[in-house]
Parts: sequence; C-alpha cells; structure tokens
Amino acid sequence: MSALRRAPLAAAAVAVVALACLPLAYLLVRALGAGGDAWDIVLRPRTLTLVANTLGLVAVVTGAATVIGAGLAWLTVRTDLPGRRVFAVLAALPLVVPSYVIALAFIAAVGPGGAAQELGLGLGGRWVFGFDGAALALSLATYPYVYLLTSAALRRLDPALEEAARSLGRSRLAAFREVTLPVLAPSIGAGAILVALYTLSDFGVVSLMRFDALTRAVYRQYQAAFDRDPAAVLGLVLVALTVLVLLVESRLQARGRLRRPGGERPVAPVALGAWRWPAAGLATAVVALSLVLPVGVLVWWVQRGRSRLPALDDVAVSAANSLLVAALAATAAVLAALPVALLAARRPSRWSRLLQRGAYVSNALPGVVIALALVFFSSRLLTPLYQTLAVLVSAYVVRFLPQALSGAQAALARLDPQLEQASRGLGAGPWRTLARVTVPLVAPGLLAGATLVFLSTMKELPATLLLRPIGFETLATDVWNATAVSSYAAAAVPALLLIVLSAPVVWFLQVRSEVRGGPVAAQVPGEPPPVP
Amino acid sequence: MKRFVLLLWLLVGAAGALAACGSGDEEESRTLTVYSGRAERLVGELLEEFKRESGVDVRVRYADSAELAATIGEEGDRSPADVFFSQDAGALGAVEDRLQPLPEELLDKVDARYRDPQGRWVGTSGRARVVAYSTERLKESDLPDSIFDFTDPKWKGRIGFPPPNASFQAFVSAMRLDVGDERTRRWLEDIKKNDPVLLENNIQTEEAIANGEIDVGFVNHYYLHELRQEHGDDFPVTNHFLRKGDPGALVNVAGVGILRTSKRSEEARELVEFLLSERGQRYFAEQTGEYPLVKGVPAPEGLPPLSSLQGPDISLGALGAKLESTLKMLDEVGLGT
Repeated sequence: MSALRRAPLAAAAVAVVALACLPLAYLLVRALGAGGDAWDIVLRPRTLTLVANTLGLVAVVTGAATVIGAGLAWLTVRTDLPGRRVFAVLAALPLVVPSYVIALAFIAAVGPGGAAQELGLGLGGRWVFGFDGAALALSLATYPYVYLLTSAALRRLDPALEEAARSLGRSRLAAFREVTLPVLAPSIGAGAILVALYTLSDFGVVSLMRFDALTRAVYRQYQAAFDRDPAAVLGLVLVALTVLVLLVESRLQARGRLRRPGGERPVAPVALGAWRWPAAGLATAVVALSLVLPVGVLVWWVQRGRSRLPALDDVAVSAANSLLVAALAATAAVLAALPVALLAARRPSRWSRLLQRGAYVSNALPGVVIALALVFFSSRLLTPLYQTLAVLVSAYVVRFLPQALSGAQAALARLDPQLEQASRGLGAGPWRTLARVTVPLVAPGLLAGATLVFLSTMKELPATLLLRPIGFETLATDVWNATAVSSYAAAAVPALLLIVLSAPVVWFLQVRSEVRGGPVAAQVPGEPPPVP
Repeated sequence: MKRFVLLLWLLVGAAGALAACGSGDEEESRTLTVYSGRAERLVGELLEEFKRESGVDVRVRYADSAELAATIGEEGDRSPADVFFSQDAGALGAVEDRLQPLPEELLDKVDARYRDPQGRWVGTSGRARVVAYSTERLKESDLPDSIFDFTDPKWKGRIGFPPPNASFQAFVSAMRLDVGDERTRRWLEDIKKNDPVLLENNIQTEEAIANGEIDVGFVNHYYLHELRQEHGDDFPVTNHFLRKGDPGALVNVAGVGILRTSKRSEEARELVEFLLSERGQRYFAEQTGEYPLVKGVPAPEGLPPLSSLQGPDISLGALGAKLESTLKMLDEVGLGT
C-alpha cells in the first residue's frame, strides 16, 4: 500500500479516537482537581464494594446475554425451529425497547404489589430488586447485540468448512466446537463486548432495581454533592474496568481468526427432532419477557393513567427530531468508524490495535459524564457550535462508536484482502479500491453498525438533555419529562412511539440479511490468507 | 440496493446538517435563557404566561437540577444561561459563586429562612417534609408527631426513605443544626436498626407505600399531588404533617437565581419578580400543590398553613455548608449513597 493512502487514513483514525477519548481527558482534568483525595475515594471500602458489584453484574449479564443471543441465532439460522423466520425478526426487536422500560415492566409485573401478586401467583415480591432483577432486565435488554452479530455471521458462514470436518470423522458437536465456533468467535466477542460495556454504563436499570453499581454512585455524586471531582474519580474507575473488559476480550480473541468469505448455497437445517417444541417454547419465553411484557405494560399505563396525554402534534415533532438525530448519529458514527476499523484490519500493529481499543474507552461511562465532557470542551473551544446539533451528534458518536465499529470490524475481518490486492494489481488506485471494492463488500456490516447506533440514539437521554439545542424535544426527552412527575400514562405514549418507529429499522435489517446471505462478490474460492 | 440505502443515509445526513445550520441563528432581541431543573409539566405553563405578559422571549433548557448545576459549573463564564430555576436549594447553593445579588425589594418578599443569606438566590415555592403513610394499613392516629419516635421497634421493616435525595439530606443537615450531631447520629443508627427500605427518590418511596412494600416513608409533601393526578384520589397514600419545630417538618424550597454572566439581567429580574408575584405564587399553590412563600397568598387547599408546620428555626442557606459532613455521617452509619 502506498504512503498516499496511509497518511490520510491514519490521520482520520487518530482524529476519531481523539474525539472518543475526550471524556477521558475531561475526567483526568477533574480528577486532578480532587488531588490527594482521589486515592482516598478509590480505596474506600465502599468503592471496592461498588467495583465488586459492578464486575459481578457485568459477568453474569454478559454470560447470560451471550448464551441467549448466540443460542437464538443458531436456532433461527441453522435449525428447523418452528416459525424460525418469525423468530429471526422477533428476537432482534427487544433492541428497540429502552432497558429501563424492561425494568419497569418487571417491577409492574412481578414486583411487590405487581400484577403477579394481584393475580395470586406466587412469583411477585421483593426478589425483583437488587442483583437478580438488574441482571435479568439487563440480560434481556442486551442479548440482541450478540444475537444480531452472531446470526449475521452464521448466515455468511461457509457450510463447506463444517461439512469437511464432518466428513473427516468429527462428530457434530466436535465440528461445531473446532470449526464453527472459532469462525463465529469474532462476532460473538464483538456482541459480548457491547453487552459488557452497556452493563457498565447503564444507570436506568440499576437505579430502578436499587442495585449498587458504580454508575449509580457516579450519578449520586453529582446529585448529592454537586462536586464533580469525586464523580470524576469514580468515572476513571469505570474506565479502568473498561480496559479490563477489553483485555479479557482480546485474550479470548487472540486464538486466531479466519478470514473466509461466506457461501451462498442453502444449508440443510439441523433437525432438532424432539427438541423442536421445547426450543420454540424457550424462544417464545425470551421474546415474551423482553418484548411483549414491556409493550403490554406501556399500553396498560396509557389505559389506566389519568395524566394528561401529550398533544399529537408535539409528539410528532419529537418523533421527527428523534429520527433526525438518530439518522445523523448513525451516519456520522459509521463514517468515523470506517478509518479506525480499516487501519486495524489492514495494517495490524500494536499501534493500530491500541488506537482501535481507544475508541472503546469512553463507552462504559454513563451518559452524563460524556455530556459534561462535551459541555466542558465545546463551551470553551467551539463556543458558536455549543448547544447545536453538531455537538449533540458528536456526543452520540463518542457514546456509540463501538457499535459502529463492531459492525465494520466484523465485516472487514471476513473480507479477503486478496480482493483489494487484485483491484490494486489491476491498476485501480487506493481511493478507487476503497470506494469500489472495500466499501461495497463491507456495506452490510456498516449498515448493521449504523442500525445499532440509530437505535441507541433513539433511546439516549442524558447527553440529549444537556446538549440539545434549547427547545429541541425528542421522544426520549418527552418520556423523561413525563416520568419526572410520575405521569406514566403521558410517558407511555412517546415510549410506545419510540418502539413503533424503531421496529421497522430492525425488521429491515433482519429481513434484508435473511434474503441476502452475504456479499456475493466476495465468494472467491481460494485459500484463507495467512494471518499477518 | 445496498448503495441505495447508503445513499439514503447520506441524504438524511445532509438534510440534518442543513437543519443544524438553520437552527444556529437567532434574533438577539429580548431573549432570556432559562436552565430549569423543574419539569416542563410543572412550570411550562407558568413560563409561557410570563412570556405573554412581558413580551420577553423565554428559551428553556429542561433537565435535572443537579446536572444543570454541574453544566453551569463546566460552562463557567461562557454559560449561555441567564436564569437558573432549581428544584432545590442545594443545587442553587452549588453554583452560588456564579450568581449575582438580587435586588432587596425582591428578596424582602420572602422570609429570610427561605433565601440565600447573601441574597444570590431566593425561594419561589415551599415543600414540607412529611411522613407519607398507607391509608390501607394505618390511621393518622397511629402515627407519632415527631420524627424521633420512628425509632420505636414497632416500625421495624415498615419504613422507607431515599438517601440520595437532596431534600432528605437537607433534612438530616437541619436535624444536626437543631439537636446536634450526637443525637442525629443516634437517630440515624436507631432508624437503621429498624431495617428501612432504601429507595432512590421520593416517587419510588410513595409507590413502595402504595404497593405494600412499606407502611411509612419520609418524603416531601407535594409528590402526593402529582401521584393523585396520575392515579386518582383513591391512591392509597396520604401525608402526615409532623409537629411545628420538629426537624421532620422542615420546609425546603425550589428557587431561582440570576447568573453573574447574564447580559439580560433586567429581563431576568422581571422573571424573578413574576415568579414572586401574586399570580406566580398562586400558580404554585393551585397547579403544583406547593406552598407559596410570599405573604398573603393562601396555601393549597387541604394543607395546613405554612406557619403551622415550620421545621426547626434555621436558614436553608446554612444547610449547604453542612452537606459534605452530612453525607459523611450517612456513609458512616451505613445509610450512605
């Protein structure tokens, strides 16, 4: 590759990662303000309890979401599960439900005095509060990340690999473990890391479930003491946990990757036999808990509540605003992710990997920290842009860059560089190769990433509240505005609209990939290239 | 198809960028920027009324009081805000260095205990600390009239309150100023022995009473007003007011201050004056169920008059200095945040 291509690519990647690291810089500025107290805060027994609680929650949620997500992906893509096409879409849909709505639904259903107790079922009670409830709600809210990335990878998986292993005498299980799983690992890992980071940064669920996690402590520092320094120190502890998560992930991923374009030919589905209906029952249960229950509770609120419902044209404006910022954020995040992912995939080095990891650093921070970091920098350095959509969209990019990256990375990992080399060998320049070969081939991955960012932005609240242009309402701020005064009926209307508007995006993503197995042009037979 | 979709994204992106540029310019006429920690559902109409009456254009950023205080801190001298309208006195205290002194004639409308001793912010409406209780499991006569009596073992497992809430912390600070640290610490320890349910905020506390998790909760009085609007008057919770002078009967305020850096101080003062006018004060009594703080405006219907429930004789402005040590005490007792 020529130097011509390297310099702008690297410069773009560095700029993106610098943006993503702004919150870290901000936290360092603030934590230095805490001076000698910083260590006291970190070493307090209370902080250690919070760290232990948080790590426990991250481990359980990541494990559960990975099992549910990867399991559903396998069931819907590779087996004769009854209604698998329907499940393929339904299983992805909980992605559109804000996690705090799932938590609220659990409390309304099985909390003290909830529907289960009213109906005399034995399930209801206080158990829902604390670790169990938080882990359950977060697992159901986040498994779609693993599900989406794994099912996309499964669809593109060349069945010839598994068949070869089988014909060489491996059992089905052994073939799965030794052949299929290693190929799927990057996608499952990318999903799992999104789940882990989401859990680290989540505030809504842990606060509703009254579970003492680090984010709750960060919020309480702001709320109680108005002192930004201790909050910053706790924020840095969260960054440290992020680094830990990334280290674990890279250790797991280091076992080798396989670049191999997918086969388009249909595969005979695995016959589940007697397990068909129990499997369908499990899939139904997941969808019922993570999708039907929350939507049902919202509808129930609209009917039961007496608060004044919002005016239709106000909600319409908010909906349009939500769609606008979500589309802007998705576009910007993908454009930002591309150079980072390209650099890491095509020029692997310690340096480019570090850069790629840097993009994840801010992702475990609660939204309010990212928002305040952007307030800090943009009000000082970009005064004319402060409180315009430009800064708001930048905040979304910082928050959700890893989601865009996960799509781009997974796609690039499967893209055979020989195709790019061929293009260059046939005389196309680096830019032409990028535009005509690379981008079209990784477009499905980029789109998947864009979709994740789009959906996350629709739900985002803390950064939106502080950075939006004044008077700019979105569906998420409407929900907040109503719940702040416990007007649940009024909150349920924008929340339902948020779900209804996001659903087609997921449907589109899933149905599209269902029809098109993968990039046709990438099916060039040949040996897998040596891992550089 | 793929290209079509990518093109679609880009088009939407370009449209958004244009919209962003369009929203950038604004006329510099009498425009006031208000950071409001009070929800739009509570005060939106009142601010609209001011807009109509004064001809001043009001742009409001609604968010959480504490986060807005942090935002004002980060913005420093470049803050676009002219006025900070806060849910509680603590958030105003946190940014008091960034606020300008208010004119005497405005401050004098409100009792000295409900404003900053140095005149940088003033309370606009009051909310009393109360004991909310379940009307299904308790009668008013079952309840003591002092917060100190809830340490009785008969309340074991029946109490709930929100330690992260600013009003709860202000109440503990007030108790310390009133009866001293030693007695406050003992009260906290004794309450802890009664296995209280620790909640996140006032609304969660009221709901825990309604759904049977607890029987009594230490909260502000006016959340009941909101919950009744949502659930109807048969919401099975009501307020018990403690006796005059009890720390548990402290009156907190929502208040307002003008930023030092404001270029619209005159219009900002007009807004403060409007909030303290009879019209503004009546709005709080009638629409949000809060206590008016200006003399001569009656309390909300069905509530005891403000003069009958004043808590300990302390100024709210003095509570801010106690906050840090109060949080430390709560932490040490094991009721920390």
